[in-house]
Amino acid sequence: MADDRPDKEQSSRPRKGVIDVLKAIDRRIIFLLITLGVVLPLIFHLVFSVRTSPIVQAIFDKMESLPPGSKVLVSFDYAPSTVPENQPMAEAICRHALAKDFKVYMMAVWATGPPQVDALVTNVIERDFPGKVYGKDWINLGYKAGNQGLINAILLDLKGMYTTDVHGDPIDGFEMMRDVQNLADMSLIVCIGSGFPGVREWVQFAGDPGRIPVAGGVTAVEAPLLYPYYPRQLLGLMGGLQGAAEYESALVLKYPQYKEHAEQAVRLMGPQTVAHLVIIAFVIIGNIAYFGERSRQKRAKKA
Amino acid sequence: MFFKVQIPLIITFIVGAALVIAMFVPHFPFYEANENFSIYFDLIAVFAFILGGGNLLKIHGDRIWRKGRDWKYSIVTVVGFLAMLIVGTLKIGGPPGFTGDVSASDSWFGFMYYSMFVPLQSTMFSLLAFFVASASYRAFRAKTKEATMLLVAAFIILIGRTPLGHYVTGWLPPQLQFLHIPNLSNWILSVPSMAGQRAIMIGIALGIISTSLKLILGIERSYLGGESK
Repeated sequence: MADDRPDKEQSSRPRKGVIDVLKAIDRRIIFLLITLGVVLPLIFHLVFSVRTSPIVQAIFDKMESLPPGSKVLVSFDYAPSTVPENQPMAEAICRHALAKDFKVYMMAVWATGPPQVDALVTNVIERDFPGKVYGKDWINLGYKAGNQGLINAILLDLKGMYTTDVHGDPIDGFEMMRDVQNLADMSLIVCIGSGFPGVREWVQFAGDPGRIPVAGGVTAVEAPLLYPYYPRQLLGLMGGLQGAAEYESALVLKYPQYKEHAEQAVRLMGPQTVAHLVIIAFVIIGNIAYFGERSRQKRAKKA
Repeated sequence: MFFKVQIPLIITFIVGAALVIAMFVPHFPFYEANENFSIYFDLIAVFAFILGGGNLLKIHGDRIWRKGRDWKYSIVTVVGFLAMLIVGTLKIGGPPGFTGDVSASDSWFGFMYYSMFVPLQSTMFSLLAFFVASASYRAFRAKTKEATMLLVAAFIILIGRTPLGHYVTGWLPPQLQFLHIPNLSNWILSVPSMAGQRAIMIGIALGIISTSLKLILGIERSYLGGESK
């Protein structure tokens, strides 16, 4: 539509400078660029190689040091919202544990945990370890209410709280449960969590009082809160998607036979990297606009 | 008055004192008391679901009845809650009975969980990325020295927590490895950030000890529905 306002009015309107444009970018443009930053790397399979940091390597080394038949408890304390970060950690840990012939005990102190165990069974056990027997090599104890109270209770008496498995079958009927009384019988506890109750509670109510090694996997947001426990109370920590990708890299390096299915976090690091770059770019643009505006105001004051 | 105030105070004192002693004396009878109290706690925690559900229905039901602020959203909450509760409790579509498997392939609960709850939760969490980007652009400014330090630390963490960090500064000679971005990122998380976290944690722990002592000794009584002494 043609602008029919007089030329005089148009010329009196202040012209927008670069600074004005930079300081008022429409948020829909930001949203669009974040979308492209995530979608394009997925479409074009942008994959980076990931190196394992010491805090993640510590978990891998601990798992490697345990003899076959060791008991490893994995707690699924997260909800579907954080599955992209947490599920690859849980799957990498369980894949490693089953590859090493450990006994894997799965449970949850979050009500949303058991469906994640089901997903893991489909993605890891049925696909890579079809020969592993339920009740002999791995078991799903399911969810129970009680938060840290539950952890405290099973530290003293696991079978008192878990009389049946997730399907309602008596716990004593399973071969791998016969010599388990409480958490002290576990060689390692791995909590994959994203809040309360989570890794902190496993350290405070199981690891410390029971002198049981505890490792964790948490969302990137939560990871800095748990650094004070590392390395004395928490032997290692996977922080966010990067932590999961680091564990997968260590796993694939040692067990290349699992490369096809064990690199989901590594594949997701491409979109995450580009999204981080987009955020950094916008922070820089915002600061250029801020300093440009400030120097313009100073010049105006002097004039 | 005796049953409403004195009895709960006596129970709180006995349970609190026994659990504190059990922490330091893991022998009979305190060890057993700790175990039993933990089981009682788990039993009580189950009843918290009933209280939570009842409270949710009361608050949102009241808002719908009064047509209070955003009452239409309360309808969605109540309908969603009741639908999941009924379908899950009655095991509609799946094996019948209270002990029926809610995750069975024909279960309506499984369908509602995987087809509604999971996508809704994932969507809500995914939106964070967009808002973080927009908020960072508008608010993350190097206005002061402290803000500048925060900004630099954020850049290092953002790059250091991706494989990009290794590519950007991977060429640095061994004597300058402390400037390698992943190393800087780890240093920020393990030293300054951790120092701050420890200070916060110690402060919280002291607060919890103080509040717990007040509860055990009956000084703090607001949980009984009255005022503190």
